[in-house]
Amino acid sequence: MIPAAFDYAAPASVEEALTLLAEHGDDAKIIAGGQSLLPVLRLRLNAPEFVIDLGKIDALRGVRDDGDAIVIGAMTTHSAVATDSLVAQHAALIGKAVRTVADAQVRNRGTFGGALAHADPAGDVGAPALALGAQFVIAGQGGSTRTVDAADFFVDLFETAIGEDELLTEVRIPKHTGWGAHYEKFVRIAQQWSIVAVAAAVQAEGGTISQARVALTNMGSTPLRATAVEQALQGGPATEDAIRAAVATVADGTNPPTDLNGDADYRKHLAEVLTRRAVLTAATG
Amino acid sequence: MTVTDDRPAAEIGRDRRRKEDRRLITGSSRYTDNIVLPGMLHLGMVRSPFAHAKITSIDTSEAKAATNVVAVYTAADLDESAGVLINAWPITPDQKTPVHAVLPVDRVTFAGEIVAVVVARSAAAARDAVELVDVDYEELPAAIDLREAAQDKVLAHPDLGTNKSALWVFDSAEAGTGGNVEDAIAQARTDGVLIEREFRENRLIPAFMEPRSVVVDPTGEQLTMWSATQVPHIVRFALAATTGVPENKIRVVAPDVGGGFGGKLQVTPEEWLAWWIARQLHKPVKYTETRSESMMAGHHGRDQWQKLTLAATKEGKVTGLKVELTADLGSYVAIVGGGIPVLGAFMYNAIYKIPAYHFACQTVLTNKTWTDAYRGAGRPEATFAIERLMSELANELGMDPLELREKNWITHEEFPFTTVAGLEYDSGNYEAATAAAKEFFGYDELRAEQARRRESGDPVQLGIGVSTFTEMCGLAPSRVLGSLDYGAGGWEHASVRMLATGKVEVATGTSAHGQGHETAFSQIVADRLGVPFDDVEILHGDTQVSVKGLDTYGSRSLVVGGEAIVKAADKVIEKAKPVAAHLLEASVDDIEFAAGRFSVRGTDAGLSIQEVAGAVFTAHNLPDGMEPSIDAEATFDPVNFNYPHGTHLCAVEVDTETGQVTLRKYTCVDDVGNIVNPLIVEGQVHGGLAQGIAQALYEDAVFDEAGTLVSGSFVDYLVPSAADLISFDAHHASTPATTNTLGTKGVGEAGTIASTPAVVNAVLDAVRQFGVQDVVMPCSPARVYAAIAAARAGDTGSATEGAVR
Repeated sequence: MIPAAFDYAAPASVEEALTLLAEHGDDAKIIAGGQSLLPVLRLRLNAPEFVIDLGKIDALRGVRDDGDAIVIGAMTTHSAVATDSLVAQHAALIGKAVRTVADAQVRNRGTFGGALAHADPAGDVGAPALALGAQFVIAGQGGSTRTVDAADFFVDLFETAIGEDELLTEVRIPKHTGWGAHYEKFVRIAQQWSIVAVAAAVQAEGGTISQARVALTNMGSTPLRATAVEQALQGGPATEDAIRAAVATVADGTNPPTDLNGDADYRKHLAEVLTRRAVLTAATG
Repeated sequence: MTVTDDRPAAEIGRDRRRKEDRRLITGSSRYTDNIVLPGMLHLGMVRSPFAHAKITSIDTSEAKAATNVVAVYTAADLDESAGVLINAWPITPDQKTPVHAVLPVDRVTFAGEIVAVVVARSAAAARDAVELVDVDYEELPAAIDLREAAQDKVLAHPDLGTNKSALWVFDSAEAGTGGNVEDAIAQARTDGVLIEREFRENRLIPAFMEPRSVVVDPTGEQLTMWSATQVPHIVRFALAATTGVPENKIRVVAPDVGGGFGGKLQVTPEEWLAWWIARQLHKPVKYTETRSESMMAGHHGRDQWQKLTLAATKEGKVTGLKVELTADLGSYVAIVGGGIPVLGAFMYNAIYKIPAYHFACQTVLTNKTWTDAYRGAGRPEATFAIERLMSELANELGMDPLELREKNWITHEEFPFTTVAGLEYDSGNYEAATAAAKEFFGYDELRAEQARRRESGDPVQLGIGVSTFTEMCGLAPSRVLGSLDYGAGGWEHASVRMLATGKVEVATGTSAHGQGHETAFSQIVADRLGVPFDDVEILHGDTQVSVKGLDTYGSRSLVVGGEAIVKAADKVIEKAKPVAAHLLEASVDDIEFAAGRFSVRGTDAGLSIQEVAGAVFTAHNLPDGMEPSIDAEATFDPVNFNYPHGTHLCAVEVDTETGQVTLRKYTCVDDVGNIVNPLIVEGQVHGGLAQGIAQALYEDAVFDEAGTLVSGSFVDYLVPSAADLISFDAHHASTPATTNTLGTKGVGEAGTIASTPAVVNAVLDAVRQFGVQDVVMPCSPARVYAAIAAARAGDTGSATEGAVR
């Protein structure tokens, strides 16, 4: 488990990191918490010539309040997100999902932004970010910054809207204060990647669902927003039967993988069961 | 033989914390990979990506030219002194055994087989240069599926002309131990019950925590190999037998070894290559495998198909059992690989009085990783089969599974009992263990809850599974091994040395790799010699120190190795008595020994064993003509195997909407005889349960059609952690073994052997109501859900591994 040789730099600022990225282009890889990249390097599935470590850029860490949104720095660890009070108050879904990531060691090293930029479809941060309509702040060359909506951020398997010479710096999550939330994750053993998972946030008043946000993990090459299900839930009663009917088509049009844990049809079935459970729990606690 | 009851039981039975843990968990341990020698070189292995291929060319020039590379070797460079990997247990005289060269000459036979070795000045340089070796292969058709391979459709070794390695048969009518099974089957077909099933024993990866590692130092008079092995003595013997280095010139050391579970009971190409290369270059070398290499090239376990026929009367009396096994050897017959299913042959009848028994096992070569011992080794497979069958029979007859078992088991008055497989069980009490287990488990309450959930159509159903296991362990009476054509004996050796300061050094031929021998054996010696626990040092795992031994596997260390220590300690006392008598100016006949003190009967005069040891050290005043030593050694060959047993009860919840199986309660009452250290026994039971449950629910070594190990990392090979298991409710009953002084029985494999069928029986008990007859292991959510869905759709399901992966 020895990686191929590479050069390494740990810049102190985003600007410095971007300069290094521009210099090394294709040959460079960014390391955040390293929980995905290090196994890839050690198994020699990838052999970048240059590794840029963002670990010394303190500005990328932490969660802040920004009016109608909370802003999570890309280098904030999963465990910091999981225990953050702003996240708990305004984006409970994110907190619940990151608490299911792998194990405590991984959560202490792995970062929120790193996991999103890695864009593993079985990862647990993409679907809740998508469900809550996150906005991704991306820094480019020459001090430029652009913001990408969640719907446009996830492009394909391990592919996002972040350009080769760009860096994800922070993620803005619109406040969903007072919404019920649940992340229903289905695995065989605790440390496993999600076989399927469902992120649901629900605003319910007097037994009626006024708004719902639902997204799926590992049901295709990217996290998927279930907008048709959200619409079907909206205005309906927060009862098991009503939710069962509203989520029945959640797997329509999805293209989940087949592997040792189950085939695509089984995953589609799971998506329906798990969506019902996620929404019901989010709506009723 | 010493009477067990008159010993002071100060240490035996105490919950001593393990003395070895201080060094093992504080970074003071010495694992093989920690060993660094001056000028040491590092090996990197070039492994085949193909399961079966001709090697058409190997170009090592670029690798040889790389910085810090010292040499690159292929099969063409090896000579006879490289040796060969041996099979020590040909189960039949006509067994087909492919030659297992250290490096294959022109054909690779499994994905992961080594084709070239890089030697470099650092592990990193070796790893880099491995990628520079250019091997051309011409892919050949591969024999992957076990049942297809058994039909010789594609040959794993075309030169052998068949994949069938050996057919081993036991028949109770022929052996004179029982009736004719075909008669019993015919009878049951007309007016009884026949249970016919085919079960799959999934292939497992031992997944020990410390990957295998080897260091060889070719300097000095004895060449030294350190290896992360369970079997240093066997490795030494095999090196001598195959590499031309005389046995007296070989020292093998198993330093601290981090787990084995049978997976380090092997002689490996990696060890043999390190041995040869160190001698070629006259430099110390080291090789430590990666986890990926460990998973694809270290031997696997299980991998069988079991065709089973159980005959019984309508009243539930079993009348016969027929077992037709097909067992996957992988591409080579490992050191005891062919014998593993044979170890199970004597256990299919388990705790039951079965009048007629027939067992046949066909071992089969495939182009997969070789198989050999894995915790339980043959006996978990047998136990799974019979315990599943007994529950199937109970279901067929509408009986409670425990009642049906009681109808058939050996009662405690009937011991010693000679079974239909020809073994004599010395002791046991199945009634007591079962009664206790039912009570602790809350059997009746859980049955009531199960009924309520069925009634209400709860999406989460409850299932209760039973396993009343026994095993034969404590390998083994040498004469029995001889009758099975095993290549070694089954005795064990120990020596006890009284040091000048009164401390005690004990060398055992067993080789601990996580079991806690240093603690348990110290407790035994402390009691036996009446010395403080901390004054006893247990030495093991080095052929210069533990000069004779047969190592650790098959739950043998305490019941065989422990008994050797007892016998050596008793000899020390006997040798010390005349010294004490001489110093006390009394007759030997008047000397009594108790609690570490020799005293003159009827007086206050006495000497401690430490004082006697000091007197022997100075040797100033010993009886005339006496050799100045009270040290002693003993070699113990057991007269019989050892038969622990237990009743295991498992409750699972099955989420019928997803197929997810969750453990609800697990109670076991194990009878492992007298217990030396309850804490260690509890640890063994818990770990064993985890591994047996893992076979039932999680672990599966899966190969694709091309023969690539798909579950080649812990992402896909699912080893459960504490987070996935529940608090086990583990208890003990005790009927002391009659075949060793301490009355102990083996415990290392018990939990693994017992738990797998308990879990699967529980899963089936939850979903049988829908018409499900079987779920293939591991009972993954996808499989359980598919079985429920298929049964509801009217398909009764069958034992296929199926498309539901």
